[in-house]
Amino acid sequence: MSLDIVQMVLVTVLTAATPLILAAIGELVVERSGVLNLGVEGMMVLGAAAGFAVASQTGSTLLGALGGAGAGLLLAALFGVLTVGLAANQVASGLALTILGLGLSGLVGAGYVGMKRDPAPPLHLPGLSDLPGIGQLFFGHDAFVYATLLLVAGVWWFLWRTRAGLTLRAIGDDHTATHALGLKVRKVRFLAVLFGGACAGLAGAYLSLAYTPFWAPAMTAGRGWIALALVVFASWQPLRVAAGALLFGGATVLQLHAQAAGLGLPGQLLSAAPYLATILALVLLSLGRRRGGSLAPAALGRVFAPSR
Amino acid sequence: MRLDLLPRARRSPWLDLLAPALALLAAILIGGIAVAILGVAPEQAFLTYFVAPLSEVWSLQEVALKAAPLALIATGLAFCYRANLWNIGAEGQYVAGGLAGGWVAVAAHGSQGLTVWILPAMLLAGTLAGIAYAMIPALLRVRLGVSEILTSLMLVYVAQLLLDYMVRGPLRDPQGYNFPQSVSFDDAARLPLLMEGESLHAGVLISLLGVGLAALVLARTLFGFEVRTVGASPRAARFAGFSDARLTLSVFAISGGAAGLAGICEVAGRIGQLQPEISPGYGFTAIIVAFLGRLSPPGILVAALVIALTTIGGEGAQIDLKLPLDLTRAFQGLLLGLVLGADVLTRYHVRIVPGGARIRVTP
Amino acid sequence: MAAASAVPGLREGRTPLFGAYGIVKRFGAFTANDGIDLEIRAGEIHALLGENGAGKSTLMKILYGLLEPTEGVVTHQGDIVLLSNPEAARALGIGMVFQHFSLCENLTVADNIALVMPAALTGRALAERIARLGKDYGLHLDPARPVWSLSAGERQRIEIVRCLLQNPKLVILDEPTSVLTPGEAEALFSVLERLRDEGRALLYISHRLDEVRRLCTRATILRGGRVVGACNPATETARSLAAMMVGTQVSEVRPKAARTGRAERLVLDRLSLPAPGLHGTPLRDIAFSVAGGEILGIAGIAGNGQAELFDALSGESRAPTAEAVRLDGRAVGHLGINARRRLGAAFVPEERNGHAAVPSMSLSENALLSRHATAPLTGLGLLRLSAARALARRVIDAFDVRGAGPDPAAGTLSGGNLQKFVVGREILAEPGILVINQPTWGVDAAAAAHIRQAVLDLAGRGAALVVISQDLDELFEIADSITVLHAGALSPPVPAGATSRAALGLLMGGAGEPEAQLGEPPAAPAIRTVAPAH
Repeated sequence: MSLDIVQMVLVTVLTAATPLILAAIGELVVERSGVLNLGVEGMMVLGAAAGFAVASQTGSTLLGALGGAGAGLLLAALFGVLTVGLAANQVASGLALTILGLGLSGLVGAGYVGMKRDPAPPLHLPGLSDLPGIGQLFFGHDAFVYATLLLVAGVWWFLWRTRAGLTLRAIGDDHTATHALGLKVRKVRFLAVLFGGACAGLAGAYLSLAYTPFWAPAMTAGRGWIALALVVFASWQPLRVAAGALLFGGATVLQLHAQAAGLGLPGQLLSAAPYLATILALVLLSLGRRRGGSLAPAALGRVFAPSR
Repeated sequence: MRLDLLPRARRSPWLDLLAPALALLAAILIGGIAVAILGVAPEQAFLTYFVAPLSEVWSLQEVALKAAPLALIATGLAFCYRANLWNIGAEGQYVAGGLAGGWVAVAAHGSQGLTVWILPAMLLAGTLAGIAYAMIPALLRVRLGVSEILTSLMLVYVAQLLLDYMVRGPLRDPQGYNFPQSVSFDDAARLPLLMEGESLHAGVLISLLGVGLAALVLARTLFGFEVRTVGASPRAARFAGFSDARLTLSVFAISGGAAGLAGICEVAGRIGQLQPEISPGYGFTAIIVAFLGRLSPPGILVAALVIALTTIGGEGAQIDLKLPLDLTRAFQGLLLGLVLGADVLTRYHVRIVPGGARIRVTP
Repeated sequence: MAAASAVPGLREGRTPLFGAYGIVKRFGAFTANDGIDLEIRAGEIHALLGENGAGKSTLMKILYGLLEPTEGVVTHQGDIVLLSNPEAARALGIGMVFQHFSLCENLTVADNIALVMPAALTGRALAERIARLGKDYGLHLDPARPVWSLSAGERQRIEIVRCLLQNPKLVILDEPTSVLTPGEAEALFSVLERLRDEGRALLYISHRLDEVRRLCTRATILRGGRVVGACNPATETARSLAAMMVGTQVSEVRPKAARTGRAERLVLDRLSLPAPGLHGTPLRDIAFSVAGGEILGIAGIAGNGQAELFDALSGESRAPTAEAVRLDGRAVGHLGINARRRLGAAFVPEERNGHAAVPSMSLSENALLSRHATAPLTGLGLLRLSAARALARRVIDAFDVRGAGPDPAAGTLSGGNLQKFVVGREILAEPGILVINQPTWGVDAAAAAHIRQAVLDLAGRGAALVVISQDLDELFEIADSITVLHAGALSPPVPAGATSRAALGLLMGGAGEPEAQLGEPPAAPAIRTVAPAH
């Protein structure tokens, strides 16, 4: 295989991984604050629909991306009011969000089914992007991909190098103790939920504006759920989320190539591969962990209802 | 401004009824606004969604036929959710049940002589397949501590693809002009109709029986007490000598079996053959039904009827008012969210504290 | 927290450093504080005395800005201040040392301290401040250690250091010695006396009267949410202070019938168990035997394996060999809790809410919880609800359990009444062997006396009892012999009459073990891998 083909494959892997990284890094921040938002799929698919709609109306991919993030954020705000404000059950609320998001995305996207837009253009850096072998891999992507990588680095820096990040992790570890110290548990959690929603919405917008690029109902096809699994798989560490998403993107690309090559395997089996791989990854992870508690934030999913 | 939540010492049965009713009312109001934005008169839409399906015999039957699988699946899920276990893959267990039971029907197709065993065998195969499929996430959780939320959900996609493969491959009707579907089942493999010439079939009775049995088990048996205790306080359940692992497997078996049974009832009842799609998302809608019914079997029965009503109404609205079907789904998601939010009223005294200083000097 | 006008009608000439006037706090229909006045002066250790449920914690949380009073004001040097949150309280110079530590287990010592420091103070600068203050006051900490690996005494040091780093004018301490060995408590007292001599005010909340008499020169006594007295505890006797706290004289317990040398009923034979989960304590070679009519007291600081030992005795965790636990001669190490109950054992765990009882369930359902296997409460898998209600009724009558309605939810009962119910539920089964963890923890004096009497009477009828308690006074009152649990190992039992608080205190601090030295922090549990912070 020539270097160029390798590069092409790697580029597709990174492209397939980008929405997963985006959604998972947002959810990671949410879960680090102690909240489990299972509605990633719903926020993502609404982001895809809203992103495409805004971009089609304005003609601007950037505005489309912002629209997608904004839609995810609004949906997340609803989740935040329910779970952080009203102490509702997080699992059930997340499921509600998924169903609501799927329904709303159908409404928003109804007029855009079958429409096509030009994909988000790659940033072209004269010279660098044309380097043989590596030029496309490092300098040939659209802005989403670079923004995503920056975001991973930013979240890492925030969590481990800033006081606000420490506060967020502390709240995710023990909301009773941090509340007793006067830290703003509910405010921090609400903001984290909003951030997660914006990330999921942006991930959806990436799908409809750069990856496919068109809108189709339920086009996220379970990516939101896979992003949730990635957070577990990455043991709530940002850099491992990126690594896991790349592995996963690789598996997806492999499956597409296998399907195209016609290996004689039923197409349904190949389509099921990402879901089976997710289960397998979770199983391997717990086999590897053996004894001792999980590495999940200690307060994850627990209801917090202070009174004054 | 600040929201204060003071835990209630005891729950009021009135509020338990009032909270979901308030949520439904709020959802209808918000839905009305959405409908108005889409350019349809809200009162017109209300009539189409909530009243029209109740006005004709055929549509009443449709409501019952839709409510039956929802109630059965949701009742099974209630056992899981009460025990704080999150089986969200009932859709997959439903598909597994429909596929396994349908397979029996296809295998028995055209058999002569004694055929009374076929239908019971289908129902049994469907239930067992649902149980077996639910055992995957349950065992992974019990043995390896893998989150049942993610595995049960992933297995939904796998089951759907498996069904797709089977009806396009091994189970396809050889005389079916290459359509992706099985042979039409023999009469012996169909659930009997309750009234000649109508659509209502025996699956509705199976659902009612299941819901009644579940109500009895939850309220009056030691097993039901075990489920409630584990949900309320896992540590106290261990003190009572209830085994975590056994309970996890039991409630997954119940919910998987109920979903599988609902699947085969739908296949052997209304559909009468295997197709790539045998569910309009019953397994997911049942989650809404379970919470709307406050995880109690009688409540679930009512909730299933309400949700079925909106679904049938939604189909009517699509035809008569050109309102998209997605509106119904969004409405149901919103309703679940509001029900969960309204739940706060039953568990806490909610107090809104206005912002700013609040000093009262007492002499 | 903006200053406002001065309070009219301040008492006495000197303006107190902090004052609380007419404090009322209601939770729904319940009034926790009912018109409390309190003045705290610089350079004094002021005791806040009262039974459990008297309203001490509520008042303290109001002073720290965690709760908002329904009525009343807090003043600082005569000016009304609004303590809208703990940040505001800290800015005014109020610091707090929590009883149930406000520490995040999975963060390091330094991270836990950093949470309330100015954002600019991080890393090495913070570590230096911690080290300097530690050296100054003799409060040594390793900033890089995760909190879960530390003992209760070390955790309290974090709380104190975190508080002192903010240079507070008022330090509130909530039951600070409840988790300390007597030796650690002594060290704490000298720190407190030094803080007083530096001119700081200290509010010392406790129900331990000898400590209060030793440390404090002024005391405010609360009962039922009201101030019922003020005094100089140094000039009072423990008895007179107790009378003010409790209101009525609490009857002393009657000693049980003389012990008759019966056979060994409960035997633990070199039981070892690995730590359950990340933050548990492993049990090491635990051995003892208890005869009929005997009460074995197990002393020790919380977190030294009490919960693990209780679970091993009850069967909630199984022993590695059947022989490790024997009931009336039968090897039961492999049996679960209900099989042990059927053999005549009964158990009362430490935590009432969520372990011994389900708060959201009625008392009759809670009777089912531990008795469904041994009492005729089920038939053919169906519940016999009327039988369960009758059983709950019998417990309520026999143990004077007071609550609203005929069959109230467990969570609506006060701590003392719920504890009487869960103890009564087990004792009415007339068990041959009873294991109780912290029988009177957080219970008012009258209920505590009732429970201790019931425990003594049961032993008098020939049962073998194990009482795990942090309260040495309680053990001296009811136990025949006492042993100390430290770091998952048990000291040899000694007759209660042949030992002293001081001797037990040394054992509680780990002095019984050759490898541990006094004054040093106890050896860290085996190092386990934690997620690296990248």
